[in-house]
Amino acid sequence: MTEKKTTIELKKLNKKFGDIIAVNDVSLKISENDFFTILGPSGCGKSTILRLIAGLEVQDSGAVIINNKDSSFVQANERPVNMVFQSYALFPHLSVRDNIEFGLKLKKISNIDIKIRVEEILELVKMNGYDFKLPSELSGGQKQRVALARAIVNKPKIVLLDEPLSALDANLRMEMQQELVNIQRNLKMTFMLVTHDQDEALSISSKIAIMENGKIIETNTATNMYEYPSKKFSAEFLGRINIIEGASSLIDNRMLFNSDTFGKINLERDIKLPKDGVLGIRPEKIIIETGLNKHKNRVSMNGTITNWTYYGDVSYITIELKNKSKVYINVQNIHRNSLQELNIGKKLFASFDINDLIILEK
Amino acid sequence: MSYGQKVDIIDIDYSWSFINYARATDGVYFITLFKSVIISLITTFLCLLIAIPVAFYISFSSVRVKSILLVSILLPLWTNLLIRTYSLIALLRTKGHINNALENLWESANYLLSFFRLANHNFIGESFTPLSLMHNNFSVIFGLIYIYVPFMIIPIYLVLEKIDRNILEASYDLGANHKITFFKIIMPNISVGITSGIILVFIPCLGSFIIPELLGGADSQMIGNIIERQFKSANDWPFGSALSFILIYITIIILGVRYVYSKLYSRLYQRGVS
Repeated sequence: MTEKKTTIELKKLNKKFGDIIAVNDVSLKISENDFFTILGPSGCGKSTILRLIAGLEVQDSGAVIINNKDSSFVQANERPVNMVFQSYALFPHLSVRDNIEFGLKLKKISNIDIKIRVEEILELVKMNGYDFKLPSELSGGQKQRVALARAIVNKPKIVLLDEPLSALDANLRMEMQQELVNIQRNLKMTFMLVTHDQDEALSISSKIAIMENGKIIETNTATNMYEYPSKKFSAEFLGRINIIEGASSLIDNRMLFNSDTFGKINLERDIKLPKDGVLGIRPEKIIIETGLNKHKNRVSMNGTITNWTYYGDVSYITIELKNKSKVYINVQNIHRNSLQELNIGKKLFASFDINDLIILEK
Repeated sequence: MSYGQKVDIIDIDYSWSFINYARATDGVYFITLFKSVIISLITTFLCLLIAIPVAFYISFSSVRVKSILLVSILLPLWTNLLIRTYSLIALLRTKGHINNALENLWESANYLLSFFRLANHNFIGESFTPLSLMHNNFSVIFGLIYIYVPFMIIPIYLVLEKIDRNILEASYDLGANHKITFFKIIMPNISVGITSGIILVFIPCLGSFIIPELLGGADSQMIGNIIERQFKSANDWPFGSALSFILIYITIIILGVRYVYSKLYSRLYQRGVS
């Protein structure tokens, strides 16, 4: 596999606001055509990274390299990047067309070319016919489209999206997520998104970086980030997970894990658990059984349901084992009738495959 | 009353004649009216030049500095107009504070020069001649600016506060420099504040009479002074009211032009002829 071209490289980036460290020694590489997402709780400094790339903030130390060119001290208006702001930041006195044209007009592009490109983009974001509307006459989703059009019309090296969908309602958000992905694939552009919404990050990105307190915890592809996270924080932040504490030992090159929750687990893996490492199992990997499953690859349990939350398509169940530890299970509502069996206080059997266990570092 | 005529000291003949209006257009009155308009225009323009940077500075200051600056702009408005105008006299007159300060400056400069044995070359004049800052057009405009500049700063500041700071960042991000951002993004968004500021300054300027009375000389009378004199010393109320009405008509025309302009502007927008 050939290495993809790096569009953005951040080298040991640091930024402080007063006493607060917003960005702490962040190094990142974003390849061409990536849909790169920084996921983190609010206030973790993820927006600051975008603003540093856009040049709207100046780093305390470190470097921002855009297209192999050190752009750390290039002014915002001279960087080949464009941003979609959380508040959309459309120019309120300009029509949709004028908003989109704004960047192009500053670039000495002929009027005919501007017209052609604006038409194309309006078509792409499905806003043709709205040319002369003012931003105040548009709905939230439409503003969002215009803000996106205004950024991508300039063909930037990277489009920076600062929680662009957070102000939209759930259905519209899903629709826009899909459209963002389509647009990104059609135009073969590099997108960088910042969000605190895990579902959004999983469903649209090709790569995810998880951030906490100004530090990047882990970077991985979207599926690997969910299925094979390596840090406890990222496993817990992206989706739900049962953390299994305990101690491990290596016997005949096989890991034996002595867990507090499930007793001894024989992991068919020849690696040792890292120092203060834990195991994790995703709730949907645990399935409800009719009896105790004795298969050697499966870990079985029985317990009492203490909590049941119904989400329509799935139910989140908490069961309490004999040793008082709690296990979360996600159950697909495959049959309407099976709902009645999931009452609080009812006893049930469940098991999971040891291959689904995730080894996590703290 | 403006269509009537004075017959004796207390009687007015309501004869529906336009004679007062005709009188207003001749010679001295028309010149004064014209001059009042010019002085008000200059004042308004200078207020605008002062107010925009001041409003920007306040708007981009931290919250604490902001409130201090706002109070210091509004505080003088709590003082009586007369007192504020008299305080300007203390500042501007021949032996006032400005001239005193300049004189001190001259003395120390002279002392410095004599120290270097250059005093008798008369580089800075033989002796200090105070500037005549009072009783001329300068003092009137200075006074008007001093009194009315808050009415320009406040509306501009208010619209500036309403601008989403992100649109400025968006403008830089899209490749605009500070100059383009100011003229293409900021100015159109504060134009409402600027027009209300212009109206709030221009109209009271046009009708002001205390400031030109106290600070102005024989040469810098404004229409307000003439109107006042018609009612008081000349006891010609019909002519005074005619002049007042002319002032009101001018004001109404200005407001009308602004209204038509704003209507036209928004209609042009809807048709997409922006």
